[in-house]
Amino acid sequence: MSSEPQRLLIQGGRVLDPASGLDGAFDILVEGQRIAAVDKPGQFTGVGDVQVLSAKGLLVTPGLVDIHVHLREPGQEWKETVLTGSRAAVAGGFTTVCCMPNTKPVNDAASVTEFILEQAERANLCRVHPIGAITLGLKGESLAPYLELAEAGCVAFSDDGRPVTNSAIMRKALEYNFLTGAVLTVHEEDLQLSEGFSMNESARSVKLGLKGMPDAAENVMIARDIELARLTGGRVHFCHVSTARGVTLIRRAKEDGIPVTAEVLPHNFTLDDSAVEGFDTQAKMSMPLRSPEDVAAMAKALQEGVIDCIASDHAPHEADSKNVEFDKASFGILGLQTTLPLTLAKVRSGEFTLMRAIEALTVAPAKCLNLSAGTLAKGALADITFIDLERSITLEPKHIRSKSKNTPFYGWELQGLAAKTMVGGRLVFDSEEAGE
Amino acid sequence: MSMIGRHLLGINGLTREQVEYLLTTAEQFVEVSTRNVKKVPTLRGKTVINLFLEASTRTRSSFEIAGKRMSADVVNVSGSSSSTTKGETLIDTALTLESMDPDVVVIRHASSGAAHLIAKHLTRASVINAGDGLHEHPSQALLDALTMRQAFGTIEGLTVTIVGDVLRSRVARSNIHLLRLFGCSVRVVAPPTLAKKAEFEALGCQVFYHMPEALEGADVVMSLRMKHEYLKDLFVPNLDEYSRKYIVSEPMLARYAPNCKVLAPGPIIRGTEITSEVADGPRSLISRQVTNGVAVRMALLYVLGARRSDAARERDEEIEPLGLEAEASS
Repeated sequence: MSSEPQRLLIQGGRVLDPASGLDGAFDILVEGQRIAAVDKPGQFTGVGDVQVLSAKGLLVTPGLVDIHVHLREPGQEWKETVLTGSRAAVAGGFTTVCCMPNTKPVNDAASVTEFILEQAERANLCRVHPIGAITLGLKGESLAPYLELAEAGCVAFSDDGRPVTNSAIMRKALEYNFLTGAVLTVHEEDLQLSEGFSMNESARSVKLGLKGMPDAAENVMIARDIELARLTGGRVHFCHVSTARGVTLIRRAKEDGIPVTAEVLPHNFTLDDSAVEGFDTQAKMSMPLRSPEDVAAMAKALQEGVIDCIASDHAPHEADSKNVEFDKASFGILGLQTTLPLTLAKVRSGEFTLMRAIEALTVAPAKCLNLSAGTLAKGALADITFIDLERSITLEPKHIRSKSKNTPFYGWELQGLAAKTMVGGRLVFDSEEAGE
Repeated sequence: MSMIGRHLLGINGLTREQVEYLLTTAEQFVEVSTRNVKKVPTLRGKTVINLFLEASTRTRSSFEIAGKRMSADVVNVSGSSSSTTKGETLIDTALTLESMDPDVVVIRHASSGAAHLIAKHLTRASVINAGDGLHEHPSQALLDALTMRQAFGTIEGLTVTIVGDVLRSRVARSNIHLLRLFGCSVRVVAPPTLAKKAEFEALGCQVFYHMPEALEGADVVMSLRMKHEYLKDLFVPNLDEYSRKYIVSEPMLARYAPNCKVLAPGPIIRGTEITSEVADGPRSLISRQVTNGVAVRMALLYVLGARRSDAARERDEEIEPLGLEAEASS
């Protein structure tokens, strides 16, 4: 074992680091697992023995951060494992993912958290941060042991997939988490208003005869938790916001200084509920695909920063659970490998600036959950994503690294892909080696 | 390939010409049921499977009788006897049945889109949607249209008022699609919990909450059943309050739509949705609808079922002509 840390010089790329506002031709010196320096090209000529990694023609950004994924392990390993999910993550440019607690058993005990972290260590690809449950068993009845979970490695708490219906429980969870400093990330759905839904409530749901979830089912819970965040001062992060009215509520809350943040999923700024026509179960998710007006509002809110960040809600499901009647099909789609290109499509269409798009995939989500990730600052972990803005693929199942293959984006031309992904100074994905 | 494609999954997507073709074909089959020997040999050697995974009496027996009058071999598979109750998927059930080489699979299912799902997976058989969830019930809309055409000579330009639980009615949806093809003025009237304004206007309807304005000058009044199997499904305080305001009654019709005819897809709930005076009176076309239902389904089985199989096409076998001549043996 050498005691000298390995030194690596990343040369020739366009470096974009929203955390510091840096955008231009820079070289990056990596020592061991950390970033030693970022400087103008040519400034590193006298640094001695270094390995050189060319980033010519590539956009060099902080490693992408996804604070909302489902890795399905333990308990549903036929859908995804920590290993296969990590493979999808690094292929999609993500160096950090936060996995939701709706595993079997639920991640509401340190033993489950530790198991997930052990599996992540074995996979040894991206950083995996578990999110613990807000309530035991996700049942909404009693508080999970937050201190135990935080100590074991949970970075936030969520009952994702379900709302915390009991307002008093939600209040206590917010108050108690002053002890951990952890954010509660919440799935906002009034279960009575949404009962039996399989798509957005709209003229289209009435035409198709599918039960719809009105936007109000999401909005009333967003409004409630804004009030509980105001009451307690606790931090609330809204998962997968999908409605224009939800954006209005969040904008107002932020203006009032209430500590809330929010994420949007790429499909909610890309697809509207017309994708459900023909009863395509790949277009079934929760939150559902909404109206064209909602889709436009989500894109605008992200660019303006009312919505803080982008997350994928990567939700692997085996084909069998989608090859059924629409109302019986599972909710959700894959996201780790489509999030970056779907976001960059909105940069090309002019709805996002490149700086804002990369911010929303790096430092912004990290801030939402208080993670120290998403920056190329000196001393930061050398988690770096190399993006080829020009390269495109027509998405096919063979491109998917996940165990499940559920996505509505097959046949789409996806442009702007991860060329290389580096975690702690080590390349964990290289599209050339992957033969893509 | 037939005039309407391989499957009949809904009225939405059909053209006016296709609907007229089906109605005209059905018209020719009406007479068969009036004969002493109600059977023609048209679909001899063809197999029809009625896959009814949701309870149904009238539609299932109508398709069964239609198939038998066409001399097809008809097999009924119902919800309780099917493998789906043992955990088999709908696709597997459909593929299993297709392996027995039926020419037509008629499906009734509680999930919207179920007919589309099996149509996507069946490679040879034609699929007829006999009602999928709240989505469509095309053969019902066709038999309603045939009934209106017989009563008025044409459907063109009729004013049709649909009363009742339009939100949870696949019959209403299929009728709306069909009537809009013929330039009809379609009105829906129900309590605001059911007659969703923006949604039904998007389908081309006028939406009313009160009977008098909805009935004014209507040519046809269609009465739907209120679903109330479960308390949470009740979109009104109670059925008495509903019927006081929305029951289709003779005094109301005489006053606001004196020349109207009345249709109901059934089952009819007397005293709640419609009074016996109307259901049994001269305006009622309800039993005519049921009779026409058989003719419409004979037409659908003919149009879809008489397609030549691929192998037959290779041998250049002829499609049977309409085959309205009676069985030789009779």
